[in-house]
Amino acid sequence: MYDGGKIIAGIIIGLIFLTFPIWFTHGKAVKRPEVKLPEKEKQCVQSREYMKTNHMQLLDLWRDSVVRVAQRSYVAPNGTKYDMSLQNTCMSTECHAKKTEFCDRCHDYTGVVPYCWDCHIPPKEEPKEKPEEMH
Amino acid sequence: MLEKAFVGGRKYWIWMGCLLVVMGAGFLSWLYQFSEGLGVTGMSRDISWGVYIANFTFLVGVAAAAVMVVIPYYIHHYKAFGRITILAEFLGVAAVTMCLLFIIVDLGNPFRALNVLLHPTPKSILFWDMVVLNGYLFLNIFIGWNVLMAERKGSPTPGWIKPFIYLSIPWAISIHTVTAFLYAGLPGRHFWLTAIMAARFLSSAFAAGPAMLILFCLILRKTTKFDAGNQQIRTLSGIVAYAMILNVFFFLLECFTAFYSGIPGHQHTIVYLFAGLHGHTGLVPWMWTSAFFWVVSLVLLIVPVTRRSDDVLAVACVAVFIGCYIDKGVGLVIGGFIPNPLEHITEYVATVPEILITLGVWATGFFILSALYKVALTVKEEVEAEA
Amino acid sequence: MGVNRRKFLKIAGISTLGAAAVPAADALAMNPIEWLDKQLGGFTPSEILLHMGHKPTGLKPREALTAKRWAMVVNVRQLDEEIAEACRETCHKIHNVPDIKNPKHEIKWIWAEHYEHALPGQHHEHIDDVLKEAPFLVMCNHCYDPACVRVCPTKATFKREHDGIVLMDMHRCIGCRFCMAACPFGARNFNWKDPRLFLKEEDQNPEFPTRMKGVVEKCNFCAERLAKGQIPACVEVAQELCKKKGREPALVFGDLEDPDSEVRQVLRRHHSLRRKPELGTNPNVYYIV
Repeated sequence: MYDGGKIIAGIIIGLIFLTFPIWFTHGKAVKRPEVKLPEKEKQCVQSREYMKTNHMQLLDLWRDSVVRVAQRSYVAPNGTKYDMSLQNTCMSTECHAKKTEFCDRCHDYTGVVPYCWDCHIPPKEEPKEKPEEMH
Repeated sequence: MLEKAFVGGRKYWIWMGCLLVVMGAGFLSWLYQFSEGLGVTGMSRDISWGVYIANFTFLVGVAAAAVMVVIPYYIHHYKAFGRITILAEFLGVAAVTMCLLFIIVDLGNPFRALNVLLHPTPKSILFWDMVVLNGYLFLNIFIGWNVLMAERKGSPTPGWIKPFIYLSIPWAISIHTVTAFLYAGLPGRHFWLTAIMAARFLSSAFAAGPAMLILFCLILRKTTKFDAGNQQIRTLSGIVAYAMILNVFFFLLECFTAFYSGIPGHQHTIVYLFAGLHGHTGLVPWMWTSAFFWVVSLVLLIVPVTRRSDDVLAVACVAVFIGCYIDKGVGLVIGGFIPNPLEHITEYVATVPEILITLGVWATGFFILSALYKVALTVKEEVEAEA
Repeated sequence: MGVNRRKFLKIAGISTLGAAAVPAADALAMNPIEWLDKQLGGFTPSEILLHMGHKPTGLKPREALTAKRWAMVVNVRQLDEEIAEACRETCHKIHNVPDIKNPKHEIKWIWAEHYEHALPGQHHEHIDDVLKEAPFLVMCNHCYDPACVRVCPTKATFKREHDGIVLMDMHRCIGCRFCMAACPFGARNFNWKDPRLFLKEEDQNPEFPTRMKGVVEKCNFCAERLAKGQIPACVEVAQELCKKKGREPALVFGDLEDPDSEVRQVLRRHHSLRRKPELGTNPNVYYIV
């Protein structure tokens, strides 16, 4: 094998580089995020379990349904009708009014950066005196 | 074979290093544009495409021009061009890569570019442009590489590659035709709404592309051991001459229709470009420069004595390049937006970040071209040394 | 047992056939493309795939105003600067249109032009003085055969088949600006910079999204208001002001396919023009001069 030493050294350096996130954070578990649920509203459009895993698919289907075929009324499994709107239903002042305490907590934890709020306006939140967690 | 691009003399590395510096400057400018938005360019609500799309359009032509070498060699068995087909094909690769980069830097949301594949829309010419450009890039890399491999091994070009070569001929015509259709199918843009747009595009492409190729051949003759050959350069210069004559002829046809018919919409842009409209004269010096170079190049190319002198031919080719670049890039794309659909006039001047990004893309193209030419010429040298 | 099973199979067989017969009969009644459209619920095949097989969810809101082909009539002689400005201001306010002073980057959904710019080619020097200065309100024409929709490589701009409104899907726009080159009416705007920089937080309408940099936007014929049973904001404002001034309504909105609609009545009473009809885009905005 030509340049065997160089190749093996290269592979080792590559492996160290690739596994960096694993061993660098080893033993330093970050606390699981706690999301704050809405105070008034107790019932979501789907079950909590479903929303936990599938809210992105649901929102994606909502946006295409609303924008492209003008179907804007969502019928929940219990028969309640909702206006399919991230801004006016999900994040209304009655429901998930605090983006920083609901959406952001999990998204920051999982390192997801959805671009929803580049356009959709989240409800105004009073700036806290002491931020609980630094993001 | 690619390893040959990594072996070179000092001049080669200085050249590649300079290109890398320009590419870096372009990339930084692009990051700035990406974070601030396309507002850092000179484009506006009225002139919504600028130098990026202008360069894109021009370079699609350069890419298509490879066919001017491929047709004589593979269809008419003009053996002399065997020496330079690889140069033309690799020029095509570099030019198409630049085209794709110019599209990317022009997008408002470049990370959504794949939406074109996720939501394929055959009614959109831009969809087809994406298809033909990527296909052409693939064809040229594939053909060029395999032909060169065969040459290196001393074996004849394999037969199974022939269908791809024949396919690449109409494909080359298609990339520039489809690019012309981007413009020629739009209602309400009189300057672009012309049936001979694709013909104009092809004629200017077949002038500017081979002119670039001649310049490269002359440069390579000075800087490397590779000599493209006098016969090859003579034939290429004939092609440039014919194409340039057609190009000017087509432009004059446009002028005739616009001015003899007397329809104002057809005249506005031409008047704006060459005389200015309502006091707006931003592009007038550019267009007369272009016209001047057109005339100079025509004279030098048509007169046999001047065409046959290498030095004068070099001047003629530079004139063709500048003349066509201004006409097609600056005049055609930007002129088409003036006046706007409401007959207001907004002018356009490129900004510094915009120019840096443009230079960065050109540097990337030259970087790819230099590496590919390095590979091709090293292989040719080795083969000749063995023979 | 044997008989039972045979009976069961028979019933199952017939009902399967019956269930299959309904869509089959459906399929015979329409052309294959219409049939496919119906199966997909208005999504394209690629949209169905991207939604992992899901069709559009939800219903059309019951209170929504509906039409086969929405259209607007602008009666220029009833307009004045005040009404035109009120239309522009209301529209831009409720749709979070940023206030950008630089004309190269400005965004406008509806605005006033002079005759020679709104209807170039139909203007001449001897028109009466009222028209010479009159504010021609211009906006997206919601063309029946829109060039912008034809050229869009991602279907980010599309015509709503059920009512003819030409809309933008801001989630999908890649910002190539082909639609801006294609639109013969200059109705389209590009977000050259982040629009929120030009839209103070206290001026934002919290019920409507803003846009992000790098997408194209334009008038949406107030699709979000129609869904709530309201007519477009500009029409509402113009009609209120005209009533106050004792004039005929300057803007009228309605279904062009309904012979009794207000737009059809107005169009029957007056001679009307459309912008650049020779281009074949079939604008749905009409002008009475």
